Amino acid sequence: MSEPIRFHYDVDGENFTSAGEASVAVKKKLRQLGYPPDVIRKVSIAMYEGEINMVIHANGGAADVEVYDDKIVIILADHGPGIPNVELAMQEGYSTARENIRALGFGAGMGLPNMKKYTDDMKIDTEVGVGTTITMTVDL
Amino acid sequence: MKIAEIRDLLRAEVLSGEECLENDVYAACCSDMMSDVLAFVKDQGVLLTGLLNSQVIRTANMMDMVCIVIVRNKVPTEEMIELAKEHGLVLMRSPLRAYEACGVLYYAGLGREGADV
Repeated sequence: MSEPIRFHYDVDGENFTSAGEASVAVKKKLRQLGYPPDVIRKVSIAMYEGEINMVIHANGGAADVEVYDDKIVIILADHGPGIPNVELAMQEGYSTARENIRALGFGAGMGLPNMKKYTDDMKIDTEVGVGTTITMTVDL
Repeated sequence: MKIAEIRDLLRAEVLSGEECLENDVYAACCSDMMSDVLAFVKDQGVLLTGLLNSQVIRTANMMDMVCIVIVRNKVPTEEMIELAKEHGLVLMRSPLRAYEACGVLYYAGLGREGADV
């Protein structure tokens, strides 16, 4: 298997306006690389949701995308508060986002379930007070 | 339906993507909750919303939507207009309220294929 193509982005937790820029950049790159639209859509939506989550809940973090011959892996790592109850967080409609975030159009409790829906595999490593790393895989 | 027809039906002012007005769209969705747009939109090309921030444009871009209608005569930020231009999206603003705008487009046949009305 050849070396994966890697993209790295720092996600600014201070700025809600710029949230999603990494996902937009990845979408553009995958398009240039000629991947099918449905693959691009899955990767970019899952990553965008994750990026928004990092900005809303974790004061930003790092986003890495690795493109292999047979899969695309998205790794989102933050040093935020961690997720105390992953099972609860995975339920559609459950959200800890504050009212000001809802006013911005997010925090409907669809982020994590949506990330799972759009990817073939999702792993959540989280520790309260330490941070969260989410690894998502889209098969090619 | 051509995007130009949406502009006419909604008496809208086009703020970006003038060159795409002859493109066809087949369905629309209306929401102020971008989370729901990301979760439920499939192939709707048009997003009607009263929400004003740059995530509206990014969400539409992620969902491969091609036209955004800002309702209730709200004025999009410069940043939204610039982002829409960058992504090649049509951005327009209409004096109609969301309910009316949806009704007008639905009545005119947008996204009504197969509906029992």
